[in-house]
Amino acid sequence: MALDKPYSNIPGTTIFDADQSRRGYWLNQFAMSLMKAENRERFKANERAYLDEWKMSEDQKQAVLARDYNRMIALGGNIYFLAKIFATDGKSFQYAAALMTGMSQEDYVKMMLSGGRSPESNSGGRSPENNSGGRSPDGSVTGEKSNG
Amino acid sequence: MARITAGVATSHVPAIGAALDLGKTQEAYWAPLFKGYEFSKQWMAANTPDVVFLVYNDHATAFSLDFIPTFAIGCAEEFQPADEGWGPRPVPVVKGHPELAAHIAQSVIQSDFDLTIVNRMDVDHGLTVPLSLMFGQPQEWPCKVIPFAVNVVQYPPPSGMRCYQLGKAIRRAIDSFDAGLNVQIWGTGGMSHQLQGPRAGLINKEFDNRFLDRIVNEPDELAKVPHIDYVREAGSEGIELVMWLIMRGALDAKVRQVHRFYHVPASNTAVGHLILENS
Repeated sequence: MALDKPYSNIPGTTIFDADQSRRGYWLNQFAMSLMKAENRERFKANERAYLDEWKMSEDQKQAVLARDYNRMIALGGNIYFLAKIFATDGKSFQYAAALMTGMSQEDYVKMMLSGGRSPESNSGGRSPENNSGGRSPDGSVTGEKSNG
Repeated sequence: MARITAGVATSHVPAIGAALDLGKTQEAYWAPLFKGYEFSKQWMAANTPDVVFLVYNDHATAFSLDFIPTFAIGCAEEFQPADEGWGPRPVPVVKGHPELAAHIAQSVIQSDFDLTIVNRMDVDHGLTVPLSLMFGQPQEWPCKVIPFAVNVVQYPPPSGMRCYQLGKAIRRAIDSFDAGLNVQIWGTGGMSHQLQGPRAGLINKEFDNRFLDRIVNEPDELAKVPHIDYVREAGSEGIELVMWLIMRGALDAKVRQVHRFYHVPASNTAVGHLILENS
């Protein structure tokens, strides 16, 4: 019997569960390798060659090269592992979060200073309105959420 | 006999550590946050324990996807601040309490909570940011620390009720330790936040403040809240709040709230903080 996943319809959210973890194992392990300074240097010197040392799918490698964090998450990435990639780029959690919402970092910072993204529209199944002028936080990346 | 005198709950946002380490605490963005911890540092100076039992989560630092322990107790002599990708935080080495940690491990496992025992582990911002918030920037941490890591990275984390009951088992274990130690238990992480996907930036002040009310006054009921409510209402990373229930379970049924603070934002996150004393 399939597991109940009541979290699968939360808008704009991919829960890193056992299925996602299995899918993203090598992607996440690659990201974690960047905690070592010498690996960061080798990655920066030739990203493609470094990625080719890992048993990742081509889609996962392309998502890393493009720094498409929503895509990486859809392909099994977890944000705490992926954080090693943007840390290697000298970027913050706030930078990465803004990128994933489709907002400019400036607009994102303003949204946070004014209290953050409203929790209204949490129920799923309906199209939530955005409260801050950024990209709609609805299921617009649902097609990328390969576990549905 | 050892006894638990107080509990501390606080968020452990990495940007707070960076603000401290880079000397930004007086900047307009950060000053209101650090102001909320001024009382806490004074209280802590007057109430420094011998040992802090520090409940936190590892953020893909000590534990990769190779090993994912649900509950892991640090039994080592010391724990190094981790390099999370931009070099280790410039904070003191964390000194453990191997005797008490081993006693708790044995006692709690025999109370049906199957802990993973860790004898070598670096500790990340989840553990060091709360220490910095409560102790400032000393040359050495003024007490021993037992790190207790909870998996909240890969779903599902332990349930709120499991955490709450575990806290009670930890309380019994500490109460039965022979040496006369003053022990505090800290629960860290939260409050509402989401770091991933198009819904990143979610904050739910109403949820957070209700949580702050209930963890003090009706923890038995709060412990029944299912995961899905945290994830939906407090964001995918807001589920870290189950860790506060371990702290609460280890305290008396009735506690005295000596400090409460709430602030939005710290980077992507709502910051909550409580100091609770046993009677």
